[in-house]
Amino acid sequence: MSDAELLALSAAGALAAIAAGELAGGEVFDAYLKRARGDHEAGVDGLNCFTWVARGPADDGSSERGDSPALAGLPLAVKDLFCTEGVPSQSGSRILEGYLPPYTATAVSRLTAAGAGLLAKTNQDEFAMGSSNENSAFGPVLNPWDRERVPGGSSGGSAAAVAAGLAPWALGTDTGGSIRQPAALCGIVGMKPTYGLVSRYGMIAFASSLDQAGPLTRDVTDAALLLSHMVGQDPCDATSLASPEPIRTPFGESLAGVRLGVPDELTGEGIEAGVMESFNGALDSARELGAEVERVKLPHAPHALSAYYVLAPAECSSNLARYDGVRYGLRAEAADDLLQMYTRTRHDGFGAEVRRRIMLGTYALSSGYYDAYYGRAQRVRTKIAEDFRHVFGGVDFVVTPTSPTVAFKLGERTADPLSMYYSDYCTVPMSLAGIPALSMPCGLSEGLPVGFQISGPAFSENRLLDAARALERALAFDGGAARV
Amino acid sequence: MIDRDEVLHVARLARLALSEEEIETMARELSAVLDHVARIAELDLSNTPPTSHVVELTGALRPDVPRPCLPRELALAQAPSVADGGFLVPSPQA
Amino acid sequence: MAEPRVSDALESAPVRAAVAAAELEPVIGLEIHVQLRTATKMFCGCELSFGDEPNTHTCAVCLGLPGSLPVVNERAVHFGLMIGIALGSHLAERSIFHRKNYFYPDLPKGYQISQYDEPLCRGGGLGGVRIHRVHLEEDAAKLTHIGHSGRIHGSDASVVDFNRGGTPLVEIVTEPDLRSPEQAGEWLRLLRATLRRLGVSDVNMEEGSLRCDANISLRRAGTDELGTKTELKNMNSFRFLERGIRAEIARQEQVLRSGGAVAAETLHFDPVSGAITSLRSKEEAHDYRYFPEPDLLPVAIDEQMISAAREDMPELPAERAERLAREGNLHADTAQLLAFRSELGDYYEAALQSGADPVPPPQMLANWVTGDLVSRLGDGEDPASSRVEAAALARLVGLVSAKQVNVGAARHVLDRLVAEGGSDPSAMIAEEGLAALGAEDDLAAIVAAALEANADAAERVRDGNAKAIGPIVGHVMRETKGRADGQEVTRLVHQQLGI
Repeated sequence: MSDAELLALSAAGALAAIAAGELAGGEVFDAYLKRARGDHEAGVDGLNCFTWVARGPADDGSSERGDSPALAGLPLAVKDLFCTEGVPSQSGSRILEGYLPPYTATAVSRLTAAGAGLLAKTNQDEFAMGSSNENSAFGPVLNPWDRERVPGGSSGGSAAAVAAGLAPWALGTDTGGSIRQPAALCGIVGMKPTYGLVSRYGMIAFASSLDQAGPLTRDVTDAALLLSHMVGQDPCDATSLASPEPIRTPFGESLAGVRLGVPDELTGEGIEAGVMESFNGALDSARELGAEVERVKLPHAPHALSAYYVLAPAECSSNLARYDGVRYGLRAEAADDLLQMYTRTRHDGFGAEVRRRIMLGTYALSSGYYDAYYGRAQRVRTKIAEDFRHVFGGVDFVVTPTSPTVAFKLGERTADPLSMYYSDYCTVPMSLAGIPALSMPCGLSEGLPVGFQISGPAFSENRLLDAARALERALAFDGGAARV
Repeated sequence: MIDRDEVLHVARLARLALSEEEIETMARELSAVLDHVARIAELDLSNTPPTSHVVELTGALRPDVPRPCLPRELALAQAPSVADGGFLVPSPQA
Repeated sequence: MAEPRVSDALESAPVRAAVAAAELEPVIGLEIHVQLRTATKMFCGCELSFGDEPNTHTCAVCLGLPGSLPVVNERAVHFGLMIGIALGSHLAERSIFHRKNYFYPDLPKGYQISQYDEPLCRGGGLGGVRIHRVHLEEDAAKLTHIGHSGRIHGSDASVVDFNRGGTPLVEIVTEPDLRSPEQAGEWLRLLRATLRRLGVSDVNMEEGSLRCDANISLRRAGTDELGTKTELKNMNSFRFLERGIRAEIARQEQVLRSGGAVAAETLHFDPVSGAITSLRSKEEAHDYRYFPEPDLLPVAIDEQMISAAREDMPELPAERAERLAREGNLHADTAQLLAFRSELGDYYEAALQSGADPVPPPQMLANWVTGDLVSRLGDGEDPASSRVEAAALARLVGLVSAKQVNVGAARHVLDRLVAEGGSDPSAMIAEEGLAALGAEDDLAAIVAAALEANADAAERVRDGNAKAIGPIVGHVMRETKGRADGQEVTRLVHQQLGI
């Protein structure tokens, strides 16, 4: 098999080829390793997807055991914020530059136990805060569709790597849209599962009640496959749940009997015309597959972004308090006393966006402001969850464009934090409700990918993946143009 | 909406040093965001309980069984400064 | 100095003048932290540490490493429930943890996981003092000041040891129902005995498994008003607690008598100098920005957990006192002392049940335990950890009650048991020839000889001066090498003197 043929295979395709004896797992790893290294060593000429690349496949001992693990040594790119023992895990931040954890995140160790090989750590917005990957201490990531544009964030490195064919699949995390939005901007599939389905143990925290790990892949089948090896209750994470059913291979081909709800609040003003056109095109395809499409109301969705930008910063202001220069990470030199050590370390170690959100969050929790901000935001959250529950009484899935725009230019929104936050407008409501949501490419607008978001009730992953797969077949989006 | 004094107070709570310029910028940026998020004040939430945990379950507890600790070298391995088997820091005052 | 807690009205000039002239009473509440005797820490599986090498009992969770998450120790909840039951508190159906956010080197996450408005238990009471709340939290690490270090630029240095960090703590807060330092000390002893009896903690103040802060204010006697309170922190022995409270009451009184107002402060008592100093920078730490801990789900306290806690409840001090009094026909005071100082009660019961023959009468045994034995041991020392085996003491007391040895000789034997240990007081008695005089010894003759040798004393005794019997008894004791029974000697003296 030629390199080109090998690299054109999806992960599931590669596994089938390996099972059929046409390919060895090690070959796949080597092929991707070459490409990943190439980008990493290209410096400013590359996409800057990676913060660390492996030297060779990790020896999992399977050849001695004689078993063939399910994932057969396939390479996996993992977002920087997943702790990987002995391998830098920096969450895109200077304050953790070079940090080597003494343990590995559960989600990652489950995948490596299933045979995945750690290919690389991917670049990301610092501490997962951002929608463009321009907040990384290790430089921005470029969108393989147009290198003057952002890949989205915060899992920008993972999304760009998969879109550019530098990794067959990748792990990311989603707090307010950080898997879905970059997947949309890079023309690939990204999924945020139901909150609690994947263990957060070992994920460097941003906002505890919102963070979830999930797959970034070329297609829906790969997303299901990767997710299936990640889910499961973890005794190390008190908020993790057992999945009521295993994640299986999706087999959807039609959408007959499927009711899709289109919320007025997330498909109106503020969505770019080109995005809307692409989205409506996807709805037409869905109808052709037998889906019923109706308008629904999520009355509190317009307030979701406001609530999110109180809750997430509040939790992060507390989660990031541990970065104080005492036990690990950066410590400012020549501080005169403890207070200065703290304040300078945190000033020097955190970038502007992180500092902003820490300030915002601290304010929202502070004496006299708690009720007006944090307290209220938690109640808005309840309302949003209620809105979805109500809507799911009448439709199977809620569908929206994933992002209000296609990929924007580097530097376009960095001067105005609010304009950057607006990228999450359509993805944040699902995060607040804790429900699963997937983004899949549905077309191009001015040559740039548009994402279609499908979300369902808690634990509806299998049905959701079925529906997505059916639509994917019909849309037949070709992401090849981005592959380097 | 958030003035310089409040910025300094919050920065102190958060242990963040800010230069003069940064204080100004922060006041401006935070005010803009706060203006936006303050929209949640318009909603009638009087009968709505807050959601602390989106998972509607109660907690799994851990059995009181020992698990292996980190060897000390590993615990101290990433420390910026070490002495007497511990993490060395400037002393807090009083 | 922070703002006073009470409204301005109470602090106005005329009111302060009235206060300055009035009779004042102290209002004291206690805030107690108890380290639990679980096998592992509150939120991780590290074993608890006792004087081990620094940082040898840590993990990703209790070091606050990036990506780590807490998981609640079920035995800590179990112990917390037992404490709530012992205090007659209301047990929450659902309890949640909160983050208490502040920066300090002994706080690895930059927040302590504690409880705020949904604690494990509310209300209850013990020994006439009402309980406000009982909740669970984790202990901080240990910070040791080491002074100047070349590696720390500018200021002095400290070293942090995270072994203790994460140890489960129960915080017990009382209502301000205590009225004197003595009462506070007494009540804390009762709490300590109760917790010790439950087996949930070592409750040792010197070792830090029992820590006590006091909230102290003064008010006009007979009123309901509450004055501004100060918080006196971390007194690490019963004696220091009482002294500290007494000193603070005196300080506040002086302030009020001179027409001033007490400032709400956090204070430190130095037991060596007796000085009370303000702990600065506490006013900044007060904005803890509490919010519900998102990494932990609410704990549901169901019937099963409550029954399990009830089943594990031992006999509590008040019940024990009643039972000991009843079973041994003990004076109420004796029974209470044995029950409330549970190590004494445990020792007494072990002695009573050791099968000594002759059997020691319970009250006599109790007196020997709480009097003669305790006075020979170090302050607060547990008799079970001394060299005197309970069975040995029981035998000794049995011999005294059977008049086979007199009290003085027995005390000498006890001295030996304390110094050397040993299980056979009879052997020691025989060895030193201390056995009480038997029928064959002619005590009457010896008494007669003593009266003759001390004729003046005998005269004075005959005249009614009871104390003058001293030299006569002394003479008899020398002659009998201390083996005569004092009471019997006195009887014979009186008989021979015809009084």
